[in-house]
Amino acid sequence: MDIHLLENVLFAMVRTGTPLLLVALGAMMSERAGVLNLGQEGMILVGAVCGFIVAYTSHNMGFGILAGVIGGALVSLIFGFIALTLIANQVATGLALTIFGTGLSAFVGAGYVGQSLIGLAPLEIPLLSKIPLIGKALFAQDILVYLAFVLFAGIFVVMRYTRWGLIIRAVGENPEVAHALGYKVLLVRYCAIMFGGAMAGLAGVYLSLAYTPMWSEGIAAGRGWIALALVVFASWRTERILLGAWLFGFASILHLLLQGYGYEISPNLLAMLPYIVTILVLVMMMTRKQGQGNFAPRSLGQPYYPQR
Amino acid sequence: MRIEKRLHDSKVMLYASPLLALLLTLLSGALMFALLGRAPLHSLYIFFIAPVSELYGLSELVVKVTPLLLCAIGLTLCFKAKIWNIGAEGQFVFAAMIGGAVSLQLAESQGFWVLPTVIISGALAGMAWAAIAALLLTRFGANEILTTIMLNYIAVNLLLWGVHGPLKDPNGMNFPESALFAAQTMLPVLFDDYRVTIAILIALFMLVVIWVLLGRTLLGFQLRVMGENRNAARFAGFKSNALIWFVLLFSGAMAGLAAVSEINGPVGQLISTLSLGYGYAAIIVVFMGRMHPLGILLASFLLGLTYLGGEMSQMELELPKSITGLFQGMLLFYLLACDLLIGYRVVFSNRTLGKHPAIAAAVSTPPVSQ
Amino acid sequence: MRLGHLFKLAAATIFCCATAVNAAPLKVGFVYVSPIGDAGWTYQHDEARKIVQKEFGDKIETTFVESVAEGADAERVIRNMASHGYDLIFTTSFGYMNPTIKVAKMYPKVKFEHATGYKIENNMGNYQARDYQGRYLAGMVAGAMSKSGTIGYVGAFPIPEVIRGINAYMLGAQATNPAIKMKVVWVNSWHDPAKEREAAESLMLQGADVLTMHTDSAAVVQAAAAKNVYAVGFNSDMSAYGPKIHLTSSVQHWESIYRTKIQAVINGTWKADAVWDGLKEGVVALSPINPVVPKPVVAKVEQYKAEIIAGKRDVYQGPIYKQDGTLAVAQGKALTDAELPKIDWYVKGIEGNVPK
Repeated sequence: MDIHLLENVLFAMVRTGTPLLLVALGAMMSERAGVLNLGQEGMILVGAVCGFIVAYTSHNMGFGILAGVIGGALVSLIFGFIALTLIANQVATGLALTIFGTGLSAFVGAGYVGQSLIGLAPLEIPLLSKIPLIGKALFAQDILVYLAFVLFAGIFVVMRYTRWGLIIRAVGENPEVAHALGYKVLLVRYCAIMFGGAMAGLAGVYLSLAYTPMWSEGIAAGRGWIALALVVFASWRTERILLGAWLFGFASILHLLLQGYGYEISPNLLAMLPYIVTILVLVMMMTRKQGQGNFAPRSLGQPYYPQR
Repeated sequence: MRIEKRLHDSKVMLYASPLLALLLTLLSGALMFALLGRAPLHSLYIFFIAPVSELYGLSELVVKVTPLLLCAIGLTLCFKAKIWNIGAEGQFVFAAMIGGAVSLQLAESQGFWVLPTVIISGALAGMAWAAIAALLLTRFGANEILTTIMLNYIAVNLLLWGVHGPLKDPNGMNFPESALFAAQTMLPVLFDDYRVTIAILIALFMLVVIWVLLGRTLLGFQLRVMGENRNAARFAGFKSNALIWFVLLFSGAMAGLAAVSEINGPVGQLISTLSLGYGYAAIIVVFMGRMHPLGILLASFLLGLTYLGGEMSQMELELPKSITGLFQGMLLFYLLACDLLIGYRVVFSNRTLGKHPAIAAAVSTPPVSQ
Repeated sequence: MRLGHLFKLAAATIFCCATAVNAAPLKVGFVYVSPIGDAGWTYQHDEARKIVQKEFGDKIETTFVESVAEGADAERVIRNMASHGYDLIFTTSFGYMNPTIKVAKMYPKVKFEHATGYKIENNMGNYQARDYQGRYLAGMVAGAMSKSGTIGYVGAFPIPEVIRGINAYMLGAQATNPAIKMKVVWVNSWHDPAKEREAAESLMLQGADVLTMHTDSAAVVQAAAAKNVYAVGFNSDMSAYGPKIHLTSSVQHWESIYRTKIQAVINGTWKADAVWDGLKEGVVALSPINPVVPKPVVAKVEQYKAEIIAGKRDVYQGPIYKQDGTLAVAQGKALTDAELPKIDWYVKGIEGNVPK
């Protein structure tokens, strides 16, 4: 493989991985706080449609991005209210959110199909983008990709070095104890869910304003579900989510690259690979000794009823 | 205003809460239709009544309900035991692929054994797929929610590979679908002119089976205890691994039957868009039906009706398909939200708690279930 | 009561549809495989539906059901239309063929029209567009505009309809640039804009400098626009997605078929047949060609178009060689309508193999 080709493959890998990275970071935060939200797909779609409509009508990308983030956060609030305040089952509520979000986005976006806008242009960072091999992949992308990097770094620091990260983890591991220590479990979970919604909304915006600047129904094409797998694959660790997003992104375009060079492999069999690997990772994680802290948040998916 | 746990689940609310949810959905629906410039009452009539106002519509509702109900029956046992099997979809799809392959193999065979072979192979395939999750859970403790979601994707991709590859109709001009199944591999229909097959009878029979099993057997008791508290179950000497295997294999078999009911019934061949999310919809059915056999029967009919109503409202009211999704989402949100009223009560003042020691005591125990 | 009304209407149509003049509007139903909102195949069908509705005014009443899966649901939707007094029902996806036949047998008085299939019943015809003719002309433009000598094609699924278009496009490109090479990448999805874009990127990476696709979104045109590479659209005019780089689009105008069929039912002259319309009937067309394309190329395209319309030229006329150099169509011959649906090979000059 020549270097030019490799550079471009890495570039494509980062680009394909970005929406996955954004959704997965958000999903990880809410799962760390003990909330399993299967409504990712619905939130991405709502974010994508809000972002597109606002950017299209206001001719302002910034407003569009903001609208997508807010849209994602607001729709996640429905989930939060039903799953937290009303203590409903999270799996069922999440599925309902996906159905609802898919319908809602298709409904409000109907008038914007076939409209086109100029997408976010790549923004080459001088010097850095000239680094051989990785320069293009990391420093010649559009602004949302950089934003994803910044968010990644922020979350990494928050989860590893700050009290906030500890509180979130405590709430997800053992809400009763966290409550006893005086933390507002529900408030933390609400924040985590809305953060997840905002991140999914941002991923949606990335799809409808940068990656493929258009609105069409079902533009998320299952990325919300892939991101959920990715969180498990990364065993809820921030840095692994970044690597996993790139890896999953690479896996999703691998067959396109292989085809061009005359290799034939069933794209469907190839598409299975990330999930098989994820199961293996999960098993490996579980066979390790306890105490290494690599487990799923202990209260994941379980409702919490605040006691006095 | 606060939410407080009840001492006992409210019997009144058990029945009143779904009615309340339905009422809220109807009101919101009416409002939505009015905003879209349609006559609200007429629209609701088109959505909920018109689809089943004829015998044919009713029969189609049963066709739609059959796979949903079968999947939901299996999931009910899982969820009772708090085994969160999200994998009915994958078990359905894998069973469809295997059952379909067997049906294609038996295209030339005749005899009474052909159809039973197809049905059993479907059920076994569903069990096999569920067994993976059971193994991962019992052997490694791998979270079943996560493994079953992964297995769903793997199964869907397997099916896609199958219909694009070895199972493709050799005379089908390269379209990604299998040949039509031969008549002897198809489930017999109950009435001429309608598509209802004997699968609905199997579903109803299995519904009675789990009703009895849950209500009147030691096994059912053990499942419920395990659902309430897994440690207590272990303490009581129940073999929880055996129970996990049982519920997962059972639900796999049910999803497998659902797959056969669909491909060897109304569809009649393998296609790439086979499942339409029956496995996921069944999860919703189980929660809507509150894990009670009668409840899931009603819930599967209600959910099935929204699909038919969606089609009808497109035809009669010229509303887009997305309305169906909005409507379903709303219905589910309301149902899940109203269920709160069964186990909890809304308290409007702050003082109740201190005055009633019994309630205070109840509140201080950790939430058992929801 | 609305249903009673429907029933009367159904009865009325059954008893008096033989007469030429019908007081009640003709009820025409459309069954779509995807949401209209995904802007490709279904979108074009629905645009055509709107056009004929406008033209016929109150003489017809059109309705559609979108996103009908090609499984158990299709038969119910079609049968519901048939039983609710629809006179003419268009089912617009290949997978509806068997369900449409089933319902057609149950409702002999109702007329059915199925798109892209190959079976016919007494009361069920089928219709298709000769997309490959538009593809051929678009390929001529692409071949002339390529500087690298390699053009790229993003395909959805390797079904005959798509492969026919790929070959036609290549034959057209060879007509203006005999040494041209073509690469094909399959995305295995009709609609996944992000994946379509990645496929386009991988083609550009391999040196393709004019792109086109057979999928349902404009993502390929957008991807090309971002890199300032030429692109050719499909289904609808996609110039809005990249005005500078969009050369032309091979588009479908189904309204001409719908117009004819509906008029035939109103006149009482409808019969079940296989309609395969192309450039001549206006079902297939080329959207306006970008001014960057040199005049002589446009003139040649216009000339070939006129010849195809006049029946003097055929897209699949010999000699045509397969990839391995064997003769597929001999000099002086052309593929017949019976042979066209069965193409499962690439013409010479296309790289890679048809996926099996």
